[in-house]
Amino acid sequence: MTQTVKARVIEILAEQAGMDVTDIRMEDTLEDLGLDSLGLVESIFAIEEAFDISVPFNANEPGKSEFDISSVAAIIAAVEGLVSRKAA
Amino acid sequence: MRRVVITGAGTISALAHDVKGTLAAFREGRCGIGPLDIRDRDRLSIQIGGQVQGWNPDIHFNRQQIVLYDKFTQFTLLAAREAITQSGLNFDGHLGYDSGVVLGTAAGGVNTWDENYRTVYEEGKNRVHPFVVPKLMNNAAASHVSMEFNLRGPVFTVSTACASSNHAMGQAFHMVRSGMCRAVVTGGSESMLCFGGIKAWEGLRVMSKDACRPFSLTRNGMVQGEGAAIFVFEDYDHAARRGADILAEVVGFAMTSDAGDIVMPSQQGAARAIAGALRDGGLNPEDVGYINAHGTGTAANDRTECAAVADVFGPHADRLMISSTKSMHGHLIGGTGAVELLACIMALRDGVIAPTISYEEPDPECALDVVPNTAREVRVKAVLSNAFAFGGLNAVLALRAAP
Repeated sequence: MTQTVKARVIEILAEQAGMDVTDIRMEDTLEDLGLDSLGLVESIFAIEEAFDISVPFNANEPGKSEFDISSVAAIIAAVEGLVSRKAA
Repeated sequence: MRRVVITGAGTISALAHDVKGTLAAFREGRCGIGPLDIRDRDRLSIQIGGQVQGWNPDIHFNRQQIVLYDKFTQFTLLAAREAITQSGLNFDGHLGYDSGVVLGTAAGGVNTWDENYRTVYEEGKNRVHPFVVPKLMNNAAASHVSMEFNLRGPVFTVSTACASSNHAMGQAFHMVRSGMCRAVVTGGSESMLCFGGIKAWEGLRVMSKDACRPFSLTRNGMVQGEGAAIFVFEDYDHAARRGADILAEVVGFAMTSDAGDIVMPSQQGAARAIAGALRDGGLNPEDVGYINAHGTGTAANDRTECAAVADVFGPHADRLMISSTKSMHGHLIGGTGAVELLACIMALRDGVIAPTISYEEPDPECALDVVPNTAREVRVKAVLSNAFAFGGLNAVLALRAAP
């Protein structure tokens, strides 16, 4: 399950960034991927649809959100958390 | 070039159903934002808005009218009746041919779209009411104003998202200034507070769940509102000759496009529009005592707008006042500039500056006098009204006290 979440999130980010999944590194930031605010909002929407979860994210206070978007690894961990909470 | 004055005003919003009540709310710093009362509210993640309270169309319109009027048209007509009554103008004779209507709305009959999509998609019906199209079209409100008051000159609707009303009023200003029209009924209206209208905005993740706090460090997004404001823009000589009560003079207007991003604002685009309105109005920066801000309460807008004001006004930026009344009535999207023009008129006519309410904590990136929480009595001689729309379209009006 965990591997699936990771692979799917990377797939979503890669599609938004117009990159190959193999070029996405865990430490990459959204800036590294060239994702702007609209790209981020669209990625979050795709993640919500893929896992049937609600991602708590307000573009006005990205830093305060409990959904950590500081790197690819952080986003994957946050999605894993939301998916496991949904399963529980 | 003709001089252009405002001789009538009317409005309805979450604050009141008329100008008097709205200005009283501005003075008191009263908040019209609260829990939404709409169908399927529980399925929305954003459940607050600046909703018109106690709206009963049966009081104002007959059955035949109601089946043709979406709520955005109803709001428009109510406000237009108030404005035209105040102006004292009668368009039944020649004046009707020399006068027009230019209104702003971002989305027109959203409630009509919403209700009828439900009918065909959710309820699975294969038939809708015959008046769906004439009810939802963006120009319906302008056309009904022209019909009710016999306005037979240029009549059209401008749609530039959150700048719609300012673009409409700018156009009306140009039409009177050029001599094309004696009078133009102008302003704007919006009524998007329905399930589909709010759901669409939720998607962008720029909405606040609790309050609209423009310029405050603690701001967390915009809050939608609904309603309308309508004005009569009139040739000054025409108004003076008939001894009309003049509310204010419109002296300048400028519009620019960022040509940059579809949602992110640009400091440079905003600054060019502000500077352009000053130039067009023959104003020096020091003449401006008050700016009604676009002030949406989003992180991006408020920061960018303050930087643009600082850029244009230099040291005078620290001496002028700038407030966002969206903190009280919410963001009326295409109708917002019109409702906000009332705060400009109040500043010029009554010497009262409407506050930015729900203000909690200073933001170093918005370090201007935002008139936090309490209205202020100050005489000002010129004011600006800013509107900066999605799509990078900026429209700024400049007004002076009545001549």
